[in-house]
Amino acid sequence: MIWNEKIECASRDFMNEIQSERLIATVKRVYHNIPYYRKKMQEKGLTPDDIKSVADLSKLPFTTKTDLRDSYPFGSFTVPMSEIVRIHASSGTTGRPTVVGYTRNDISMWSENVTRALCMAGVHQNDMVQIAYGYGLFTGGLGLHYGTENLGASVIPISGGNTKKQIQLMQDFGSTVLCCTPSYALYIAEALEEMNISPDSLKLRVGIFGAEPWSENMRKEIEAKLHIKAIDIYGLSEIVGPGVSCECEEQAGMHVNEDHFIPEIINPETLEPVAPGEVGELVFSTITKEGIPLLRYRTRDLTRLIYDKCKCGRTLVRMEKCKGRSDDMLIIRGVNVFPSQIESILLEMSETEPHYLLIIDREGTLDTLKVQVEVQEQFFSDEIKELQNLTKKIKHNLESTLGISVTVQLVEPKTIERTAGKAKRVIDNRQI
Amino acid sequence: MIIKQLSVFLENKSGRLNEVSGLLAEAGINMSAFSIADTSDFGILRVIVSDPERALAILREKQFSASLTEVVCLICPNEPGALARALDILSNEGIQIEYMYAFSIEKSANIIIRPANVQKCINALNMHQMELMKASDLYKL
Repeated sequence: MIWNEKIECASRDFMNEIQSERLIATVKRVYHNIPYYRKKMQEKGLTPDDIKSVADLSKLPFTTKTDLRDSYPFGSFTVPMSEIVRIHASSGTTGRPTVVGYTRNDISMWSENVTRALCMAGVHQNDMVQIAYGYGLFTGGLGLHYGTENLGASVIPISGGNTKKQIQLMQDFGSTVLCCTPSYALYIAEALEEMNISPDSLKLRVGIFGAEPWSENMRKEIEAKLHIKAIDIYGLSEIVGPGVSCECEEQAGMHVNEDHFIPEIINPETLEPVAPGEVGELVFSTITKEGIPLLRYRTRDLTRLIYDKCKCGRTLVRMEKCKGRSDDMLIIRGVNVFPSQIESILLEMSETEPHYLLIIDREGTLDTLKVQVEVQEQFFSDEIKELQNLTKKIKHNLESTLGISVTVQLVEPKTIERTAGKAKRVIDNRQI
Repeated sequence: MIIKQLSVFLENKSGRLNEVSGLLAEAGINMSAFSIADTSDFGILRVIVSDPERALAILREKQFSASLTEVVCLICPNEPGALARALDILSNEGIQIEYMYAFSIEKSANIIIRPANVQKCINALNMHQMELMKASDLYKL
Protein backbone atom coordinates (compact mmCIF):
# COMPACT_ATOMS: atom_id res chain seq x y z
CA MET A 1 0.00 0.00 0.00
CA ILE A 2 1.14 3.56 -0.70
CA TRP A 3 0.19 5.67 2.32
CA ASN A 4 0.16 9.11 0.66
CA GLU A 5 -0.10 8.52 -3.05
CA LYS A 6 -0.54 12.18 -3.94
CA ILE A 7 2.89 12.96 -2.52
CA GLU A 8 4.76 9.71 -2.93
CA CYS A 9 3.86 9.43 -6.62
CA ALA A 10 3.88 13.15 -7.40
CA SER A 11 5.40 14.58 -10.58
CA ARG A 12 8.77 16.30 -10.25
CA ASP A 13 7.16 19.66 -11.04
CA PHE A 14 4.57 19.24 -8.31
CA MET A 15 7.24 18.16 -5.83
CA ASN A 16 9.40 21.18 -6.73
CA GLU A 17 6.44 23.43 -6.15
CA ILE A 18 5.78 22.02 -2.67
CA GLN A 19 9.46 22.10 -1.80
CA SER A 20 9.90 25.69 -2.98
CA GLU A 21 6.95 26.99 -1.01
CA ARG A 22 8.04 25.22 2.17
CA LEU A 23 11.71 26.08 1.76
CA ILE A 24 10.95 29.80 1.42
CA ALA A 25 8.93 29.75 4.65
CA THR A 26 11.59 27.77 6.52
CA VAL A 27 14.42 30.06 5.44
CA LYS A 28 12.47 33.04 6.80
CA ARG A 29 11.82 31.33 10.10
CA VAL A 30 15.40 30.16 10.55
CA TYR A 31 16.80 33.57 9.55
CA HIS A 32 14.69 35.36 12.11
CA ASN A 33 15.06 32.84 14.94
CA ILE A 34 18.51 31.27 14.84
CA PRO A 35 21.27 33.86 15.34
CA TYR A 36 24.14 31.64 14.18
CA TYR A 37 22.39 30.80 10.92
CA ARG A 38 21.39 34.41 10.29
CA LYS A 39 25.05 35.36 10.75
CA LYS A 40 26.09 32.71 8.24
CA MET A 41 23.58 34.04 5.70
CA GLN A 42 24.70 37.61 6.29
CA GLU A 43 28.31 36.61 5.76
CA LYS A 44 27.28 35.32 2.33
CA GLY A 45 25.33 38.51 1.68
CA LEU A 46 22.04 36.59 1.65
CA THR A 47 18.61 37.62 2.89
CA PRO A 48 15.54 35.35 2.89
CA ASP A 49 14.34 37.19 -0.23
CA ASP A 50 17.21 35.67 -2.21
CA ILE A 51 15.64 32.22 -1.88
CA LYS A 52 12.81 32.15 -4.40
CA SER A 53 12.60 28.44 -5.16
CA VAL A 54 14.24 25.11 -4.47
CA ALA A 55 16.68 25.92 -7.26
CA ASP A 56 18.25 28.52 -4.94
CA LEU A 57 18.94 25.93 -2.24
CA SER A 58 22.65 25.64 -3.03
CA LYS A 59 23.14 29.35 -2.29
CA LEU A 60 22.42 28.71 1.39
CA PRO A 61 25.14 28.09 3.97
CA PHE A 62 25.50 24.68 5.61
CA THR A 63 24.55 23.64 9.13
CA THR A 64 26.87 21.21 10.90
CA LYS A 65 26.84 19.06 14.00
CA THR A 66 29.24 21.61 15.52
CA ASP A 67 26.58 24.32 15.16
CA LEU A 68 24.17 22.15 17.15
CA ARG A 69 26.79 21.37 19.75
CA ASP A 70 27.76 25.02 20.15
CA SER A 71 24.13 25.97 20.72
CA TYR A 72 23.69 23.17 23.30
CA PRO A 73 21.18 22.45 24.62
CA PHE A 74 18.30 24.46 23.14
CA GLY A 75 19.95 27.23 21.09
CA SER A 76 18.74 25.81 17.76
CA PHE A 77 15.09 25.67 18.79
CA THR A 78 12.93 28.18 16.93
CA VAL A 79 9.82 27.94 19.09
CA PRO A 80 9.30 28.70 22.79
CA MET A 81 9.74 25.70 25.08
CA SER A 82 6.00 25.74 25.79
CA GLU A 83 5.47 24.42 22.25
CA ILE A 84 8.05 21.65 22.54
CA VAL A 85 6.38 18.36 23.49
CA ARG A 86 9.33 15.97 23.21
CA ILE A 87 13.11 16.00 23.39
CA HIS A 88 15.48 13.41 21.95
CA ALA A 89 19.26 13.38 21.91
CA SER A 90 22.11 11.49 20.28
CA SER A 91 25.67 11.02 21.44
CA GLY A 92 27.95 13.93 20.69
CA THR A 93 31.64 14.48 20.05
CA THR A 94 32.73 15.78 23.41
CA GLY A 95 30.35 14.12 25.77
CA ARG A 96 27.62 16.63 25.05
CA PRO A 97 24.70 15.07 23.26
CA THR A 98 23.08 16.62 20.21
CA VAL A 99 19.65 17.73 21.40
CA VAL A 100 16.53 17.94 19.25
CA GLY A 101 13.05 19.18 20.19
CA TYR A 102 9.71 18.37 18.59
CA THR A 103 6.47 20.35 18.54
CA ARG A 104 3.14 18.54 18.40
CA ASN A 105 3.13 19.09 14.63
CA ASP A 106 6.66 17.71 14.36
CA ILE A 107 5.60 14.51 16.09
CA SER A 108 2.67 14.04 13.73
CA MET A 109 4.85 14.87 10.69
CA TRP A 110 7.42 12.34 11.90
CA SER A 111 4.71 9.73 12.48
CA GLU A 112 3.40 10.30 8.93
CA ASN A 113 6.88 9.71 7.52
CA VAL A 114 7.39 6.54 9.55
CA THR A 115 3.95 5.32 8.49
CA ARG A 116 4.90 5.87 4.84
CA ALA A 117 8.13 3.93 5.53
CA LEU A 118 6.22 1.04 7.10
CA CYS A 119 3.90 0.90 4.09
CA MET A 120 6.93 0.96 1.77
CA ALA A 121 8.20 -2.07 3.68
CA GLY A 122 4.88 -3.84 3.10
CA VAL A 123 3.49 -3.47 6.61
CA HIS A 124 -0.30 -3.11 6.98
CA GLN A 125 -2.92 -2.57 9.66
CA ASN A 126 -3.21 -6.24 10.54
CA ASP A 127 0.46 -6.58 11.40
CA MET A 128 1.89 -7.17 14.86
CA VAL A 129 4.99 -4.99 15.05
CA GLN A 130 7.68 -5.86 17.57
CA ILE A 131 9.79 -2.76 18.20
CA ALA A 132 13.15 -3.86 19.54
CA TYR A 133 14.88 -0.53 19.04
CA GLY A 134 15.78 1.20 22.29
CA TYR A 135 13.09 3.47 23.72
CA GLY A 136 14.36 6.64 25.31
CA LEU A 137 16.53 9.54 24.19
CA PHE A 138 17.41 7.50 21.10
CA THR A 139 14.86 8.18 18.36
CA GLY A 140 14.61 4.57 17.14
CA GLY A 141 12.04 3.15 19.56
CA LEU A 142 9.55 6.00 19.86
CA GLY A 143 9.91 6.92 16.17
CA LEU A 144 8.80 3.50 14.96
CA HIS A 145 6.24 3.32 17.74
CA TYR A 146 4.28 6.42 16.73
CA GLY A 147 4.47 5.54 13.04
CA THR A 148 3.11 2.06 13.69
CA GLU A 149 0.23 3.39 15.81
CA ASN A 150 -0.52 5.98 13.15
CA LEU A 151 -0.76 3.18 10.57
CA GLY A 152 -3.09 1.27 12.84
CA ALA A 153 -0.97 -1.85 13.23
CA SER A 154 -0.39 -3.32 16.71
CA VAL A 155 2.74 -2.27 18.55
CA ILE A 156 4.73 -4.49 20.90
CA PRO A 157 6.94 -1.88 22.58
CA ILE A 158 9.48 -4.34 23.94
CA SER A 159 12.54 -2.07 23.39
CA GLY A 160 16.05 -3.53 22.92
CA GLY A 161 17.71 -6.46 24.67
CA ASN A 162 16.33 -9.41 26.63
CA THR A 163 16.55 -11.75 23.67
CA LYS A 164 14.73 -14.68 25.27
CA LYS A 165 11.73 -12.49 25.95
CA GLN A 166 11.89 -11.15 22.38
CA ILE A 167 11.66 -14.72 21.11
CA GLN A 168 8.97 -15.71 23.56
CA LEU A 169 6.75 -12.81 22.46
CA MET A 170 7.42 -13.58 18.82
CA GLN A 171 6.09 -17.07 19.52
CA ASP A 172 3.21 -16.16 21.83
CA PHE A 173 1.99 -12.94 20.21
CA GLY A 174 2.74 -13.97 16.63
CA SER A 175 4.81 -10.89 15.72
CA THR A 176 4.86 -10.39 11.96
CA VAL A 177 7.25 -7.43 11.81
CA LEU A 178 10.53 -6.92 13.65
CA CYS A 179 12.15 -3.47 13.98
CA CYS A 180 15.72 -3.30 15.36
CA THR A 181 19.33 -2.83 14.34
CA PRO A 182 20.49 -5.34 11.70
CA SER A 183 23.14 -6.71 14.06
CA TYR A 184 20.51 -7.37 16.72
CA ALA A 185 18.36 -9.15 14.10
CA LEU A 186 21.29 -11.49 13.43
CA TYR A 187 21.77 -11.97 17.14
CA ILE A 188 18.14 -12.98 17.51
CA ALA A 189 18.53 -15.34 14.52
CA GLU A 190 21.45 -17.06 16.20
CA ALA A 191 19.59 -17.31 19.48
CA LEU A 192 16.74 -19.03 17.62
CA GLU A 193 19.22 -21.54 16.18
CA GLU A 194 20.63 -22.25 19.63
CA MET A 195 17.15 -22.75 21.02
CA ASN A 196 16.28 -25.05 18.10
CA ILE A 197 13.37 -22.85 17.06
CA SER A 198 12.71 -22.92 13.33
CA PRO A 199 11.94 -19.49 11.85
CA ASP A 200 9.07 -21.18 10.01
CA SER A 201 7.34 -21.75 13.33
CA LEU A 202 7.15 -17.95 13.71
CA LYS A 203 4.90 -15.55 11.83
CA LEU A 204 7.66 -13.01 11.12
CA ARG A 205 7.64 -11.85 7.50
CA VAL A 206 9.25 -8.39 7.45
CA GLY A 207 12.20 -6.80 9.26
CA ILE A 208 12.81 -3.06 9.29
CA PHE A 209 16.44 -2.48 10.16
CA GLY A 210 18.51 0.65 10.54
CA ALA A 211 20.58 2.87 12.86
CA GLU A 212 23.85 1.30 11.72
CA PRO A 213 25.51 0.47 8.41
CA TRP A 214 24.89 -2.96 6.92
CA SER A 215 25.77 -4.59 3.65
CA GLU A 216 23.88 -6.55 1.02
CA ASN A 217 25.60 -9.67 2.34
CA MET A 218 24.26 -9.03 5.78
CA ARG A 219 20.82 -8.58 4.28
CA LYS A 220 21.09 -11.97 2.57
CA GLU A 221 22.22 -13.58 5.81
CA ILE A 222 19.35 -12.09 7.85
CA GLU A 223 16.78 -13.01 5.19
CA ALA A 224 18.09 -16.58 4.99
CA LYS A 225 18.22 -17.08 8.74
CA LEU A 226 14.91 -15.45 9.69
CA HIS A 227 12.97 -16.23 6.46
CA ILE A 228 11.84 -12.61 6.18
CA LYS A 229 12.21 -9.66 3.86
CA ALA A 230 14.81 -7.30 5.33
CA ILE A 231 14.16 -3.60 4.68
CA ASP A 232 16.65 -0.78 5.25
CA ILE A 233 15.37 2.35 6.99
CA TYR A 234 17.39 5.56 7.34
CA GLY A 235 17.25 8.56 9.57
CA LEU A 236 19.16 10.72 11.97
CA SER A 237 17.85 12.49 15.01
CA GLU A 238 19.02 15.91 13.80
CA ILE A 239 16.69 15.62 10.81
CA VAL A 240 13.84 13.83 12.62
CA GLY A 241 14.87 10.24 13.41
CA PRO A 242 14.05 7.04 11.51
CA GLY A 243 11.78 7.47 8.52
CA VAL A 244 13.72 10.16 6.68
CA SER A 245 13.94 7.50 4.00
CA CYS A 246 13.13 3.81 3.67
CA GLU A 247 13.30 1.04 1.11
CA CYS A 248 10.18 -0.27 -0.56
CA GLU A 249 9.67 -3.96 -1.27
CA GLU A 250 11.77 -3.60 -4.43
CA GLN A 251 14.79 -3.13 -2.12
CA ALA A 252 16.32 -0.79 -4.68
CA GLY A 253 17.28 2.28 -2.69
CA MET A 254 15.53 4.20 0.07
CA HIS A 255 12.71 6.57 -0.87
CA VAL A 256 13.31 9.96 0.73
CA ASN A 257 10.28 11.77 2.14
CA GLU A 258 11.39 14.78 0.17
CA ASP A 259 8.30 16.87 0.73
CA HIS A 260 9.70 17.21 4.29
CA PHE A 261 13.44 16.71 3.84
CA ILE A 262 15.13 17.93 0.67
CA PRO A 263 18.23 15.84 -0.07
CA GLU A 264 21.30 17.09 -1.91
CA ILE A 265 24.64 15.47 -2.63
CA ILE A 266 27.77 17.60 -2.31
CA ASN A 267 31.46 17.04 -2.76
CA PRO A 268 32.70 17.00 0.86
CA GLU A 269 35.97 18.67 -0.19
CA THR A 270 34.73 21.49 -2.43
CA LEU A 271 31.25 21.64 -0.84
CA GLU A 272 29.79 22.08 -4.35
CA PRO A 273 26.84 19.98 -5.53
CA VAL A 274 27.99 16.92 -7.50
CA ALA A 275 26.70 15.93 -10.94
CA PRO A 276 23.40 14.00 -10.81
CA GLY A 277 23.92 10.37 -9.86
CA GLU A 278 27.41 10.89 -8.45
CA VAL A 279 28.42 9.74 -4.96
CA GLY A 280 29.05 12.43 -2.37
CA GLU A 281 27.97 13.65 1.04
CA LEU A 282 24.26 13.68 1.79
CA VAL A 283 22.85 17.04 2.92
CA PHE A 284 19.30 17.57 4.15
CA SER A 285 17.15 20.65 4.52
CA THR A 286 14.09 20.16 6.69
CA ILE A 287 11.21 22.21 5.30
CA THR A 288 8.30 21.42 7.62
CA LYS A 289 9.94 21.05 10.99
CA GLU A 290 9.02 23.60 13.66
CA GLY A 291 11.07 22.73 16.73
CA ILE A 292 14.48 22.67 15.14
CA PRO A 293 14.47 23.32 11.42
CA LEU A 294 17.86 22.74 9.82
CA LEU A 295 18.97 24.08 6.47
CA ARG A 296 21.56 22.18 4.46
CA TYR A 297 22.55 19.97 7.37
CA ARG A 298 25.66 17.93 6.53
CA THR A 299 24.94 14.31 7.48
CA ARG A 300 28.50 13.15 6.64
CA ASP A 301 26.96 10.02 5.12
CA LEU A 302 28.20 9.19 1.63
CA THR A 303 25.67 8.02 -0.93
CA ARG A 304 24.06 8.96 -4.25
CA LEU A 305 20.54 9.84 -5.37
CA ILE A 306 18.42 8.05 -7.97
CA TYR A 307 15.66 10.14 -9.54
CA ASP A 308 14.12 7.42 -11.80
CA LYS A 309 10.62 6.25 -11.07
CA CYS A 310 10.67 3.12 -8.95
CA LYS A 311 8.94 -0.12 -9.95
CA CYS A 312 6.75 0.29 -6.87
CA GLY A 313 5.18 3.36 -8.49
CA ARG A 314 6.68 5.94 -6.17
CA THR A 315 8.46 8.91 -7.64
CA LEU A 316 10.11 9.97 -4.38
CA VAL A 317 13.84 10.23 -4.99
CA ARG A 318 15.81 7.22 -3.74
CA MET A 319 19.14 7.21 -1.92
CA GLU A 320 21.45 4.21 -2.06
CA LYS A 321 22.64 2.42 1.06
CA CYS A 322 25.26 4.64 2.68
CA LYS A 323 28.74 3.82 1.47
CA GLY A 324 30.68 5.34 4.35
CA ARG A 325 31.33 8.63 6.09
CA SER A 326 33.04 11.84 5.11
CA ASP A 327 34.23 12.23 8.70
CA ASP A 328 35.70 9.67 11.07
CA MET A 329 32.48 8.80 12.90
CA LEU A 330 32.05 5.11 13.67
CA ILE A 331 28.75 3.45 14.34
CA ILE A 332 29.21 0.69 16.90
CA ARG A 333 26.10 -1.21 17.96
CA GLY A 334 24.00 1.68 16.73
CA VAL A 335 25.94 4.18 18.83
CA ASN A 336 27.84 7.04 17.21
CA VAL A 337 31.47 7.08 18.27
CA PHE A 338 33.99 9.69 17.23
CA PRO A 339 37.70 8.96 17.75
CA SER A 340 37.99 12.58 18.90
CA GLN A 341 35.66 11.78 21.83
CA ILE A 342 38.08 9.12 23.00
CA GLU A 343 40.99 11.46 22.53
CA SER A 344 39.40 14.15 24.68
CA ILE A 345 38.60 11.66 27.44
CA LEU A 346 42.21 10.47 27.49
CA LEU A 347 43.46 14.05 27.48
CA GLU A 348 41.27 14.88 30.44
CA MET A 349 42.90 12.08 32.42
CA SER A 350 46.24 13.28 33.71
CA GLU A 351 47.69 9.76 33.60
CA THR A 352 47.33 9.13 29.91
CA GLU A 353 48.54 10.56 26.67
CA PRO A 354 46.25 10.63 23.68
CA HIS A 355 48.02 7.83 21.88
CA TYR A 356 45.41 5.24 21.27
CA LEU A 357 44.15 2.78 18.72
CA LEU A 358 40.56 1.69 18.32
CA ILE A 359 40.04 -1.86 17.16
CA ILE A 360 36.52 -2.73 16.15
CA ASP A 361 35.59 -6.33 15.57
CA ARG A 362 32.39 -8.18 15.00
CA GLU A 363 32.33 -11.18 17.30
CA GLY A 364 29.48 -13.34 16.17
CA THR A 365 26.94 -10.67 15.43
CA LEU A 366 27.85 -8.02 17.96
CA ASP A 367 30.41 -5.30 17.51
CA THR A 368 33.19 -5.01 20.04
CA LEU A 369 35.38 -2.01 20.70
CA LYS A 370 38.89 -2.43 22.04
CA VAL A 371 40.90 0.65 22.96
CA GLN A 372 44.65 0.27 23.12
CA VAL A 373 46.36 2.92 25.23
CA GLU A 374 50.09 3.44 25.46
CA VAL A 375 51.63 3.11 28.91
CA GLN A 376 53.67 6.25 29.38
CA GLU A 377 56.65 6.44 31.71
CA GLN A 378 55.03 8.94 34.01
CA PHE A 379 52.21 6.62 34.95
CA PHE A 380 53.96 3.30 34.66
CA SER A 381 53.87 1.49 37.96
CA ASP A 382 55.55 -1.83 38.53
CA GLU A 383 52.60 -2.96 40.60
CA ILE A 384 49.97 -4.93 38.71
CA LYS A 385 47.14 -3.57 40.83
CA GLU A 386 48.07 0.01 39.96
CA LEU A 387 48.00 -0.75 36.25
CA GLN A 388 44.77 -2.66 36.62
CA ASN A 389 43.24 0.26 38.50
CA LEU A 390 44.34 2.53 35.68
CA THR A 391 42.79 0.19 33.11
CA LYS A 392 39.55 0.19 35.08
CA LYS A 393 39.53 3.96 35.36
CA ILE A 394 40.07 4.45 31.62
CA LYS A 395 37.36 1.86 30.89
CA HIS A 396 34.93 3.55 33.24
CA ASN A 397 35.55 7.01 31.80
CA LEU A 398 35.20 5.79 28.23
CA GLU A 399 32.06 3.75 28.90
CA SER A 400 30.28 6.49 30.79
CA THR A 401 30.79 8.89 27.89
CA LEU A 402 30.41 6.57 24.90
CA GLY A 403 27.56 4.51 26.31
CA ILE A 404 28.91 1.20 25.01
CA SER A 405 31.13 -1.35 26.67
CA VAL A 406 34.83 -1.07 25.94
CA THR A 407 37.84 -3.31 26.47
CA VAL A 408 40.95 -1.38 27.44
CA GLN A 409 44.36 -2.82 26.69
CA LEU A 410 47.59 -1.22 27.86
CA VAL A 411 50.38 -1.40 25.31
CA GLU A 412 54.03 -0.38 25.21
CA PRO A 413 54.90 3.22 24.35
CA LYS A 414 55.43 4.14 20.71
CA THR A 415 53.93 0.88 19.50
CA ILE A 416 50.90 2.63 18.10
CA GLU A 417 51.77 3.56 14.57
CA ARG A 418 52.42 7.21 13.87
CA THR A 419 52.32 8.34 10.31
CA ALA A 420 53.36 11.73 9.01
CA GLY A 421 51.13 14.21 10.77
CA LYS A 422 48.19 12.04 11.63
CA ALA A 423 48.32 8.79 13.51
CA LYS A 424 46.26 5.83 12.42
CA ARG A 425 43.56 5.73 15.05
CA VAL A 426 41.11 3.12 13.89
CA ILE A 427 41.26 -0.47 12.72
CA ASP A 428 37.81 -1.62 11.69
CA ASN A 429 37.84 -5.37 11.19
CA ARG A 430 34.11 -5.65 10.65
CA GLN A 431 33.09 -7.07 7.33
CA ILE A 432 30.16 -4.78 6.67
CA MET B 1 70.23 -0.85 52.18
CA ILE B 2 67.80 0.40 49.56
CA ILE B 3 68.17 -1.52 46.33
CA LYS B 4 67.17 -0.04 42.99
CA GLN B 5 65.29 -2.60 41.00
CA LEU B 6 64.63 -2.12 37.30
CA SER B 7 60.95 -2.55 36.35
CA VAL B 8 59.90 -2.86 32.71
CA PHE B 9 56.42 -2.94 31.15
CA LEU B 10 56.15 -5.72 28.57
CA GLU B 11 53.26 -6.50 26.27
CA ASN B 12 52.42 -10.16 25.92
CA LYS B 13 54.19 -10.49 22.59
CA SER B 14 56.80 -13.08 21.78
CA GLY B 15 60.36 -11.81 21.76
CA ARG B 16 59.90 -8.84 24.07
CA LEU B 17 61.89 -10.35 26.94
CA ASN B 18 64.69 -11.34 24.54
CA GLU B 19 64.93 -7.75 23.44
CA VAL B 20 65.40 -6.50 26.99
CA SER B 21 67.98 -9.13 27.87
CA GLY B 22 69.74 -8.55 24.54
CA LEU B 23 70.00 -4.80 25.13
CA LEU B 24 71.39 -5.34 28.62
CA ALA B 25 73.85 -7.94 27.35
CA GLU B 26 75.14 -5.59 24.65
CA ALA B 27 75.80 -2.97 27.31
CA GLY B 28 77.61 -5.49 29.52
CA ILE B 29 75.00 -5.24 32.25
CA ASN B 30 74.53 -8.34 34.35
CA MET B 31 71.27 -9.58 35.80
CA SER B 32 71.45 -11.26 39.18
CA ALA B 33 67.76 -11.92 39.90
CA PHE B 34 64.44 -11.33 38.26
CA SER B 35 60.75 -12.16 38.29
CA ILE B 36 57.89 -11.54 35.90
CA ALA B 37 54.39 -10.61 36.98
CA ASP B 38 51.88 -11.44 34.30
CA THR B 39 48.28 -10.60 33.42
CA SER B 40 46.38 -11.63 30.30
CA ASP B 41 47.49 -8.55 28.38
CA PHE B 42 50.83 -7.52 29.76
CA GLY B 43 53.67 -8.47 32.08
CA ILE B 44 56.05 -6.56 34.31
CA LEU B 45 59.67 -7.58 34.40
CA ARG B 46 61.36 -6.87 37.72
CA VAL B 47 65.09 -7.32 37.60
CA ILE B 48 68.17 -6.68 39.72
CA VAL B 49 70.98 -5.48 37.45
CA SER B 50 74.60 -4.50 37.95
CA ASP B 51 74.00 -0.88 36.85
CA PRO B 52 70.37 0.17 37.29
CA GLU B 53 70.71 3.81 36.17
CA ARG B 54 72.47 2.91 32.93
CA ALA B 55 70.06 0.02 32.25
CA LEU B 56 67.14 2.41 32.71
CA ALA B 57 68.63 4.93 30.28
CA ILE B 58 69.26 2.25 27.66
CA LEU B 59 65.74 0.86 27.84
CA ARG B 60 64.09 4.27 27.79
CA GLU B 61 66.09 5.20 24.76
CA LYS B 62 64.59 2.15 23.06
CA GLN B 63 61.09 3.34 24.01
CA PHE B 64 60.43 0.88 26.80
CA SER B 65 58.30 2.02 29.72
CA ALA B 66 60.70 1.38 32.55
CA SER B 67 61.34 2.72 36.01
CA LEU B 68 63.49 2.12 39.08
CA THR B 69 61.68 0.77 42.11
CA GLU B 70 63.08 0.73 45.64
CA VAL B 71 63.26 -2.73 47.18
CA VAL B 72 65.21 -4.40 49.97
CA CYS B 73 67.12 -7.68 49.90
CA LEU B 74 66.82 -9.79 53.03
CA ILE B 75 69.48 -12.46 53.63
CA CYS B 76 68.15 -15.58 55.33
CA PRO B 77 69.93 -18.82 56.20
CA ASN B 78 69.24 -21.36 53.47
CA GLU B 79 67.34 -23.68 55.81
CA PRO B 80 63.76 -24.69 56.67
CA GLY B 81 61.84 -22.09 58.68
CA ALA B 82 64.02 -19.10 57.85
CA LEU B 83 61.44 -17.46 55.61
CA ALA B 84 58.64 -18.12 58.08
CA ARG B 85 60.62 -16.35 60.82
CA ALA B 86 61.31 -13.34 58.62
CA LEU B 87 57.71 -13.07 57.54
CA ASP B 88 56.51 -13.32 61.13
CA ILE B 89 58.59 -10.29 61.99
CA LEU B 90 57.26 -8.26 59.06
CA SER B 91 53.72 -9.30 59.83
CA ASN B 92 54.03 -8.44 63.52
CA GLU B 93 55.54 -5.06 62.68
CA GLY B 94 52.67 -4.33 60.28
CA ILE B 95 54.85 -4.15 57.18
CA GLN B 96 52.81 -4.56 54.01
CA ILE B 97 54.44 -6.36 51.12
CA GLU B 98 53.47 -5.56 47.53
CA TYR B 99 55.46 -8.44 46.09
CA MET B 100 58.58 -10.52 46.67
CA TYR B 101 60.82 -13.02 44.95
CA ALA B 102 63.89 -14.96 45.97
CA PHE B 103 67.17 -16.40 44.77
CA SER B 104 69.71 -18.44 46.72
CA ILE B 105 73.47 -18.44 46.77
CA GLU B 106 75.06 -21.44 48.48
CA LYS B 107 74.32 -20.99 52.21
CA SER B 108 72.07 -17.95 51.93
CA ALA B 109 68.53 -17.53 50.65
CA ASN B 110 68.01 -13.96 49.47
CA ILE B 111 64.57 -12.41 49.33
CA ILE B 112 63.83 -9.30 47.33
CA ILE B 113 60.95 -7.49 49.02
CA ARG B 114 58.93 -4.58 47.72
CA PRO B 115 57.26 -3.18 50.84
CA ALA B 116 54.60 -0.50 50.81
CA ASN B 117 56.99 1.62 52.90
CA VAL B 118 60.67 0.88 52.31
CA GLN B 119 62.13 2.81 55.25
CA LYS B 120 59.67 1.36 57.71
CA CYS B 121 60.55 -2.13 56.49
CA ILE B 122 64.30 -1.54 56.85
CA ASN B 123 63.84 -0.17 60.37
CA ALA B 124 61.75 -3.15 61.42
CA LEU B 125 64.22 -5.68 60.05
CA ASN B 126 67.17 -3.86 61.61
CA MET B 127 65.39 -3.80 64.94
CA HIS B 128 65.17 -7.60 64.83
CA GLN B 129 68.80 -7.99 63.74
CA MET B 130 67.83 -9.41 60.36
CA GLU B 131 70.60 -9.19 57.78
CA LEU B 132 70.05 -6.97 54.74
CA MET B 133 72.21 -7.05 51.65
CA LYS B 134 73.95 -3.82 50.68
CA ALA B 135 73.06 -2.45 47.26
CA SER B 136 76.70 -2.38 46.20
CA ASP B 137 77.10 -6.07 47.09
CA LEU B 138 73.95 -7.10 45.28
CA TYR B 139 74.83 -5.23 42.07
CA LYS B 140 78.21 -7.01 42.05
CA LEU B 141 76.75 -10.52 42.13
